[in-house]
Amino acid sequence: MDLALAPETLARWQFGITTVYHFLFVPLTISLAALTAGLQTAWVRTGKEKYLKATKFWGKLFLINIAMGVVTGIVQEFQFGMNWSDYSRFVGDIFGAPLAFEALIAFFFESTFIGLWIFGWDKLPKKIHLACIWMVSIGTVLSAYFILAANSWMQHPVGYRINEERGRAELTDFWLVLTQNTALTQFFHTISAAFLVGGAFLVGISAFHLARKKHVPVMRTSLRLGLVTLVIAGLMTAVSGDLLGKVMFKQQPMKMAAAEALWDGEAPAPFSVFAYGDVDKGHNKVAIEIPGLLSFLANDDFDSFVPGINDVNKAEQEKFGPGDYRPNIPVAYWGFRWMIGFGMASLTVGAIGLWLTRRKFLLPAGLRTGEDEVPHLVLFKQALSPRLTKWYWLVALWTIAFPLIANSWGWIFTEMGRQPWVVYGVLRTRDAVSPGVSTAEVLISMIGFTLLYAVLAVIEVKLLVKYIKAGPPELTEADLNPPTKIGGDDKDADRPMAFSY
Amino acid sequence: MELHDVWFVLIAVLWIGYFFLEGFDFGVGVLTRLLARDRREKRVLINTIGPVWDGNEVWLLTAGGATFAAFPEWYATLFSGFYLPLLVILICLIVRGVAFEYRAKRPEEKWQTNWERAIFWTSLIPAFLWGVAFANIVRGVKIDADMEYVGTVWDLLNVYSILGGLVTLTLFTFHGAVFTSLKTVGEIRERSRRLALRLGLATAVLALAFLLWTQVSRGDGKSLVAMAVAVLALLAALGFVVKGREGWAFALSGVTIAAAVAMLFLTLFPNVMPSSLNDAWHLTVTNASSSPYTLKIMTWCAAIATPVVLLYQGWTYWVFRKRIGTQHIAEPAH
Repeated sequence: MDLALAPETLARWQFGITTVYHFLFVPLTISLAALTAGLQTAWVRTGKEKYLKATKFWGKLFLINIAMGVVTGIVQEFQFGMNWSDYSRFVGDIFGAPLAFEALIAFFFESTFIGLWIFGWDKLPKKIHLACIWMVSIGTVLSAYFILAANSWMQHPVGYRINEERGRAELTDFWLVLTQNTALTQFFHTISAAFLVGGAFLVGISAFHLARKKHVPVMRTSLRLGLVTLVIAGLMTAVSGDLLGKVMFKQQPMKMAAAEALWDGEAPAPFSVFAYGDVDKGHNKVAIEIPGLLSFLANDDFDSFVPGINDVNKAEQEKFGPGDYRPNIPVAYWGFRWMIGFGMASLTVGAIGLWLTRRKFLLPAGLRTGEDEVPHLVLFKQALSPRLTKWYWLVALWTIAFPLIANSWGWIFTEMGRQPWVVYGVLRTRDAVSPGVSTAEVLISMIGFTLLYAVLAVIEVKLLVKYIKAGPPELTEADLNPPTKIGGDDKDADRPMAFSY
Repeated sequence: MELHDVWFVLIAVLWIGYFFLEGFDFGVGVLTRLLARDRREKRVLINTIGPVWDGNEVWLLTAGGATFAAFPEWYATLFSGFYLPLLVILICLIVRGVAFEYRAKRPEEKWQTNWERAIFWTSLIPAFLWGVAFANIVRGVKIDADMEYVGTVWDLLNVYSILGGLVTLTLFTFHGAVFTSLKTVGEIRERSRRLALRLGLATAVLALAFLLWTQVSRGDGKSLVAMAVAVLALLAALGFVVKGREGWAFALSGVTIAAAVAMLFLTLFPNVMPSSLNDAWHLTVTNASSSPYTLKIMTWCAAIATPVVLLYQGWTYWVFRKRIGTQHIAEPAH
């Protein structure tokens, strides 16, 4: 059969398309839930209207986004059975458990409390309503944890044995699956990267309004919150990325060698800045390198040995039998670089912004601004020229996309870098597809999902833009006077709902 | 009772929960066209399920996830075998969720009409297809010695399964009409009740035919009891609709759904997906289940988490206990 149309290839494309698409919404949901909850907490504690306006504004964008995250997540729950039935049969005993936990513990939490939050403005007392958005936030983080524990098991299977008689892997230590270092570092890395997305989102949109001198009090606060989030999350992403890299060097040396296009092992091993190579012959034609850095990243030691692609391939051939155990090297190499490049670019934009808008006591007296003024962007002693200021706001707006690109490439890298395995060292991807599902069926579903997702993307982005441009809503009497009773105050019984579909 | 039997019961409970809850919100979706006279009434209907439909849908995700964990072979055979119908259901659920959330986010007439149309169809189609799917599971499908489904999508469309689909569609719509009569106020409430009565009678005829067919072809004493409960509950629900006791009517339309689903699972046991090709190729609670260790962990998780879920989901219904009428729907201030 033509390789391009092999069921495995199509099923992988479909999984890739639906998962990368789903993950555009996930990190923004995780971070925006917590940030909205933070803003609402500020409102409840201080009673300042700008915080309530900010909560409503970011909360609305959060809802537009999470709707897409939820519906595209449904596909993920069933796709393993639909397209990867042999995978499901082989690993269901282990992989199914965290998925079931995720649904039972996290999804119920998220979906129930989001309903309460959306419709609860005039039905719940202030503090209980606030608790609901925190519950949603906890739900999103728990959900991430369980699914990452499941994914980590595919990256580094632990706590299982092979049952030859049943022809499957069986769980022996669930606690280990949940707490192995792969799971913990992946969780740390993914969550910080999620906040990178949320931080950039706040910064970009605040910059858009501040550049036009609109909605200044809300956007000034949001800009600050966004910048701080972006910088902290950026640093955490770098730290956790380094940790995860070290774990991967030990657990999947092939992935990391591919990420560096390091064909043959070296001691000390250099970090590759640019490489162009010949995959068939197994070497680079052009390579710009920083000596010793890779050894340091892998082992905290500038002189240590790092095995190359050809070494690992040979070792795996000896262990698992003849075959090609190399992933798609250019994808791994460039995916790794796009991930780091776009992630760190957004951190840089955040760090610059944080410095430019620094606190009053670091600013010359004449450049300090009040709460309802657009902050001056101050490099040293002087504010940036209007032209440069405009440039910064524009760059900040574009930065919204950077962490999303970084997140996508991160997943493409880590999943494609694990190939040809679906469960590293245990099950090959080609042995995981559904044997009974025809090429035509996969084509139908892949085209169907892709078209539907494309249409929904257009609708979603247009809707986001509409609400972003509209800015925070004016507050009403009802907004400022939340009910005191659960279910709503009796005097308001015939009033229109504060929120209705 | 061994753990895999416990999990067979729990999977049944999850599907019962799903059909009980999403059943009425599918029904409400269908009623936006059958019952509402204008856009405002449509919004009243949609808002009766507004805060809860998402939580209801998670019962499906949990049923899916729990089947994966407790019966991997069942999960694999079912969802790869019923590939295209499931694809249709998934696409409907995707569009439906977006439709609820996005419909009121723009004021344009065309935008709102399109999403309303989507809500109707994406509620109707899954409500029908779930019945088709479950009827086929009970009837048995072409499963080979390797537990793979070897039939085509056309094999899934037969008189029995289509009847099953019509039963779930009418039953859910009836359940939805009882729900809206319970959750609305004013003239729309009266119309809900009158429609519920007509839908209930149609459901009774179809359900009786389907359940009798099931009972005669593969029933036993236990399934007969479940069937009797389903039929009696449906008749009692109708009686309460006539008397205007909507709370009781809703509880009993729920019992009808629970008992009917329980009956299907009782006729299955100890199989989970029988093969129509060879009795030796059935998927059973033993050959499709996970290891005892996994089932034990899952049991602990379910035992602790399920009551908590029921508690806070129940609380949601209490928070939004007030009836909704047209006076509660604000003209959007765009």
